Amino acid sequence: MAGNGSEIPENRILVIGIGNTYRSDDAVGLIAARRIEEKGLPGVKVLRESGEGAILMDLWKDADAVIIFDTFQAGAEPGSIHRFEAGAQPMPEDYFHYSTHLFGVAEAVELARVLGQLPPRLIVYGINAKELAPGSNLSPEVEKAVPEVVERAVREINAFRTAKRPH
Amino acid sequence: MRSKTLKVDYLTRVEGEGGLVIRVKEGQAPEVRLKIFEPPRFFEALLRGRNYTEAPDITARICGICPVAYQMCAVHAMESAFGFRVEGQLRALRRLIYLGEWIESHALHIFLLHAPDFLDYEDAVRMAKDHPAVVERGLRLKKVGNEVVAAVGGREIHPVNVRVGGFYKAPQKRDLARLIEKLEWAREAAFETVRWTAGLSFPDFERDYTFVALRHPKEYPLNEGRLISNRGLDIPAEEYDEHFVEEHVPYSNALHSMLRNGSEYCVGPVARYSLNFDRLSPSAQEAARAAGLAPVCRNPFKSIVVRSVELVHACDEALRIIAAYEEPERPTMEVQPRPATGYACTEAPRGVLYHRYAVDRDGVITDAKIVPPTAQNQKAIESDLREFVLKYANLPEDELLWRCEQAVRNYDPCISCATHIMKPRIVRD
Repeated sequence: MAGNGSEIPENRILVIGIGNTYRSDDAVGLIAARRIEEKGLPGVKVLRESGEGAILMDLWKDADAVIIFDTFQAGAEPGSIHRFEAGAQPMPEDYFHYSTHLFGVAEAVELARVLGQLPPRLIVYGINAKELAPGSNLSPEVEKAVPEVVERAVREINAFRTAKRPH
Repeated sequence: MRSKTLKVDYLTRVEGEGGLVIRVKEGQAPEVRLKIFEPPRFFEALLRGRNYTEAPDITARICGICPVAYQMCAVHAMESAFGFRVEGQLRALRRLIYLGEWIESHALHIFLLHAPDFLDYEDAVRMAKDHPAVVERGLRLKKVGNEVVAAVGGREIHPVNVRVGGFYKAPQKRDLARLIEKLEWAREAAFETVRWTAGLSFPDFERDYTFVALRHPKEYPLNEGRLISNRGLDIPAEEYDEHFVEEHVPYSNALHSMLRNGSEYCVGPVARYSLNFDRLSPSAQEAARAAGLAPVCRNPFKSIVVRSVELVHACDEALRIIAAYEEPERPTMEVQPRPATGYACTEAPRGVLYHRYAVDRDGVITDAKIVPPTAQNQKAIESDLREFVLKYANLPEDELLWRCEQAVRNYDPCISCATHIMKPRIVRD
């Protein structure tokens, strides 16, 4: 469902939370996105998605800047936060193997790059999961990462704004 | 030939994660184990104690690719429990949203997941470097499917508008009229896709399948019909449990389905097509004929052509529904729960999906059973691989592995649906 702020003309900053509510830590991206939504930042559109890549490519096509929260499973510390500046560097190979989605974020980023459809700024925050079994609670380690990743994203959004509207 | 073990630890490009082990020994039939993880019991348990109204939205979360299938199965099963049928425009809208999902799912599979196998690319990203127009056509086709789902369902993924009895809100005529031009483009693109996929090269490989699919008196099946096979099965959804059983195999946490006599069967586009060719739209039938695809298809690698033919049909049928659409007086029928058990089989993009719910007099779910298409196809996938490896054992190992992965992807296996978990597990011999 469309997030808030759709009445604001400069609604070109997009925050996308990706995951599944019923797979334990896989919900962390959705939860982080909801926290951003609750802040009601003007000009920021927030979406929550399952992570199907072709839909992501379509959603971010007209955005100036995009922040994605996704679950990452690379054997790193549970709850550790990994930041990828997709416009600047290829998505790490690990991401392809450990993404929880079939044609997921990494594939969508790389396909968009090949087809010249990447937005000017696209930042992926991967939060390393501990538990992906069916369930509806976050592990404590992953839950602890939420405030930090949200805070980092807010700083990022503020930086986008400054960059977009120089005085 | 000496003994060898082929292993694909991560089956890439299938929803979720799975593994495949094939042991080849001289003079013996190859041993094939497709490993997938965790049975669907979590969702069945989660549903117990919930209100019947929650089933469509909870089950829609099982899969990011086919949420509409789960919603359609849930609402039809509940309606069968409560003893009523949704008719007229509401019925047509349900067909329309399901067709949208078929378009989305088939376009994704044909262009981004399966085509790279045929054209010898590791994935769609690498294929897009050489064939950008093909990939763009696939993405655009898929988007048309998304838009159909969004117009009826309120949003593209996990539509929020479906309910037992009908919809929360019926789309306006003009909402659907906006889709016409896009669907007309999509129909042309689908014809082109049939021609294109028919020109790919296919291994010389056929099997004598037991096909199982729905069969409707007039329509290509979606939400209604009897469950039939090419071996004489002809039953309503209510009798599913009498004819099909699930078996736990030690090497996979997912349950394998089979006919009660122990034999495997195959569901999905190839089964649906082979049992319902005469119910396809005339232009879809024509597209198949022109592409040299016989009305019964026994080569699983040609499933990519069958999906393309179904794309033509889906666009035709969606356009027909939109042309005849009148806004219904009310978006939903009145629902009166009663204690009963309800059953439904519908045709998900990947084949027959079965739901069964027992509901008490307050409308609370006391029992649920869900059998996704991929669980039903596991035995057929393994048999395909066994025969394929036997026939092509002399291919270089890399090539054989590649073709084996391709053979699994013939079924577009949605491992999340069958397993509802995606944590990879490496199996070492």
